[in-house]
Amino acid sequence: MGDFVLVVAVLAGFVAALIAPVLARRWHHAAGWLVALLPLALTLYFAVQLPGIARGDTLSFAAPWSAELGLAFSFYADGLGVLFALLISGIGTLIMIYAGGYLHGNPFLGRLHAWLLVFMASMLGVVLADNVMLLFVFWELTSLSSYILIGFEHESEKARAAAWQAMLVTGAGGLAMLAGLLLLGQVSGSLELSTLLTQGDALRASPLYPAAVILILLGAFTKSAQCPFHFWLPNAMQAPTPVSAYLHSATMVKAGVYLLARLNPALGGTALWLYAVGGIGAVTMLLGGYLALTQTDLKRLLAYSTVSALGTLTMLIGLGTSLALKAMIVFLLGHALYKGALFLVTGAVDHETGTRDVTQLGGLARAMPITAIAASIAALAMAGVPPLFGFIAKELLYEVGLGSGTWLASAIILGALFTVFIASVVALGVFFGRATHTPKHAHEAPVSMWLGPVVLAGLGLVIGIAPQSVSATLVAPAVSAVSGKSVAVKLALWHGITPAFVLSLATVVAGLGLFAVRAPLRAALTHLGWSGAEKTYALVLDGMNALARGQTRVLQSGYLRRYLIIIVFTTVTLVGLLLVNPHIWNQMSRVEWEALWQETHFYEVGLAVLILLATLVATTTSSRLGAVAALGIVGYGVSLIFLLFGAPDLAMTQFTIESLSVLLFVLVFYHLPRFTQLSTRRERWRDAVIAVLAGGVMTALVLLADLIQFQPSISHYFIENALPLAHGRNVVNVILVDFRGFDTLGEITVLGIAGLGVYALLKLGRESRK
Amino acid sequence: MNSLILQTAVRYLLPLLLLFSLFVFIRGHNQPGGGFVGGLIAAAAYALYTIAHDTRAARQILGVEPRVLIGLGLLLALGSGVFGIVSGYPFMTGLWAMFEFPGWGKVEVGVPLFFDAGVYLVVLGVTLTIIFALAEE
Repeated sequence: MGDFVLVVAVLAGFVAALIAPVLARRWHHAAGWLVALLPLALTLYFAVQLPGIARGDTLSFAAPWSAELGLAFSFYADGLGVLFALLISGIGTLIMIYAGGYLHGNPFLGRLHAWLLVFMASMLGVVLADNVMLLFVFWELTSLSSYILIGFEHESEKARAAAWQAMLVTGAGGLAMLAGLLLLGQVSGSLELSTLLTQGDALRASPLYPAAVILILLGAFTKSAQCPFHFWLPNAMQAPTPVSAYLHSATMVKAGVYLLARLNPALGGTALWLYAVGGIGAVTMLLGGYLALTQTDLKRLLAYSTVSALGTLTMLIGLGTSLALKAMIVFLLGHALYKGALFLVTGAVDHETGTRDVTQLGGLARAMPITAIAASIAALAMAGVPPLFGFIAKELLYEVGLGSGTWLASAIILGALFTVFIASVVALGVFFGRATHTPKHAHEAPVSMWLGPVVLAGLGLVIGIAPQSVSATLVAPAVSAVSGKSVAVKLALWHGITPAFVLSLATVVAGLGLFAVRAPLRAALTHLGWSGAEKTYALVLDGMNALARGQTRVLQSGYLRRYLIIIVFTTVTLVGLLLVNPHIWNQMSRVEWEALWQETHFYEVGLAVLILLATLVATTTSSRLGAVAALGIVGYGVSLIFLLFGAPDLAMTQFTIESLSVLLFVLVFYHLPRFTQLSTRRERWRDAVIAVLAGGVMTALVLLADLIQFQPSISHYFIENALPLAHGRNVVNVILVDFRGFDTLGEITVLGIAGLGVYALLKLGRESRK
Repeated sequence: MNSLILQTAVRYLLPLLLLFSLFVFIRGHNQPGGGFVGGLIAAAAYALYTIAHDTRAARQILGVEPRVLIGLGLLLALGSGVFGIVSGYPFMTGLWAMFEFPGWGKVEVGVPLFFDAGVYLVVLGVTLTIIFALAEE
């Protein structure tokens, strides 16, 4: 067992999600503040754990789930997990309050809160799970809640399409990741992260290592919108702004980064890791920044800048040096603070002015002073200006770049240049300069909507001025967890006039220069956008649909007779091919026909002849009533065989079924069309051949089954234990409802679905035909 | 169909057949029978009633939409598995309780009884769903 509170903390969101809709209905005005109490409590809980975590303690909890499959309901919190948990619950608190203001008056506020809570709980599960299968379950839950939240405005077709795209991309990656995680489990023999991480050498030496890494990277890259899977993230901006700020900037998209960071001690340090993770990260960093240049929608602009930031984080993990990992954690924290703030500001601007188009916005500082201050501080942090925390992050980033060669240094500087440009557009372009005419008359946002930006931007300022407040408690434990060894971290705002500082200043100036020429720049670059990845996605999707349509047309003809032919013929061919081999024929020679014949009674032979004759009549008669009666004879004859060979249960059921079939025929008889011969002579011969083959294969199978025994028979077990264990003397029924109850449960479920299917075919089809 | 003989006969046959289906269902644990065949017999009883009268009368005497029976049955079968979980055993463990009736005898009641009742309801529900849908076509 262990820290039970940890599990409660993870799962509380799921329970609270049930209550949120009630809160929104009864206390609509205060719903945001009330819902925020849970994430607030969680934030405090995780904050209280910090001193212990900083000492090197970990929290853990484990309960059995399915030990045979290596599954455990196990959680585990170390420096990295707690850092993420704090971001998730802390930003979650502000988001809940913000959502209450943003959707004030919307009847679906409760639904939004509920799904935000589900997401929060799932995300906490991702970063605190110990068992990788548990992690996968929570991972998929975040994809699911993201799907529902992007499609929150479900009447908008664009929102639905974006939700679907995000779901497909992250879902496909999730499946690849599942396979990769299972490979890791196979190599190391454990599915617990805490064990996996100690077996880095064995994992890296395994021949399965490249496959496992590539599969896991597919999961992480799709989730964290890395090139070439980046396109879903800007499209996901169809979601309400609190969702974009929370899921698609601060937390969910960082799940991929989390996974990479988490697995770095076990998988990192190889050339594959360096080039795949570092390379893709660097490409994404540049691509995101470049694509942002032409964006005029504030949210899409920020989304591309998030893509760029995620690329930076991924690149730093790929580099994997102690300095790079330190920069990664600092950048992660800094980015969450300023990007969260800027997204919320964007929502407030959209809410108060009615537009998000940067070309229509300007000079809002007078109308929205508090929002403007928060936005400015956050943008300064993003641009990396002292004394903000973003500056420390950027300096570390530059140090990494300067220490790893010209190419990487240039890429990092270029990426930073784009970032400064984006920050200027969001703050300078929107809040300063000439005031513009906006669809709605702008005024300050309500407190619930400026609180978030102010707190986040303010935190960036405070920990920028006093970085020692987080370096030992928050940053060092996380860096240690990512490095796989204890690392001391000292952060300082001022390092003197270093090359990094000079470069930093230069990029700020250059970025402002870019900002000054933004209008001609956009005009020049409009045609240079890159949508190759999204087009490929559309192509693959269309291809899949075409394939599905094609095979449906071939296989699902809608004619029962064709289905029967396909099913029977496939079975006969597959089983028949297995039977046609000398080994099997040798077995067949062991059949003791003589003895079989002597055991046979004359009435059994009579019954068999009767059934065969009735079958012939059923297939050749030209009277429908005759065919039904003949089929009835076959059915009752088979029940008699059951009875003769000691299976009264089967016989009884078969009798009842036969009688019910007669009733069914009576019901439909009147509605059936005139009996006509539809198939040609040749088709009938083909059907006869298939039927005879099917009968022959079944006969051979039955004879063989009697001869070959692969495993010791289990009938003795059932017969001996039916009474003592299951308190029943009817072994057949005991097997059905007790020993094999699970099978029966599956069967009655299928039966129920089949019944509903028949109902739907008969009833609903008829209504639409009208 | 309008047959006075059948209608009169069904009035007596229906309760008898239902009683018989319950009998088959309950004896199933020790002798041939069980939820599946019990459910079929009960369905046959209602089907007979449908033929003698019509589906509206049959639905009325059944008193519940047959599709609901499918759901109820599945819920009962699934729910019977929960006994195991709450008693600290795996899902769907067969647990038994013994009840003594002084001067009469003792009766054993176990989880499989509820499970089998679920099977009974599902089979009854599915069969009647199909029969009613066909008869109303």
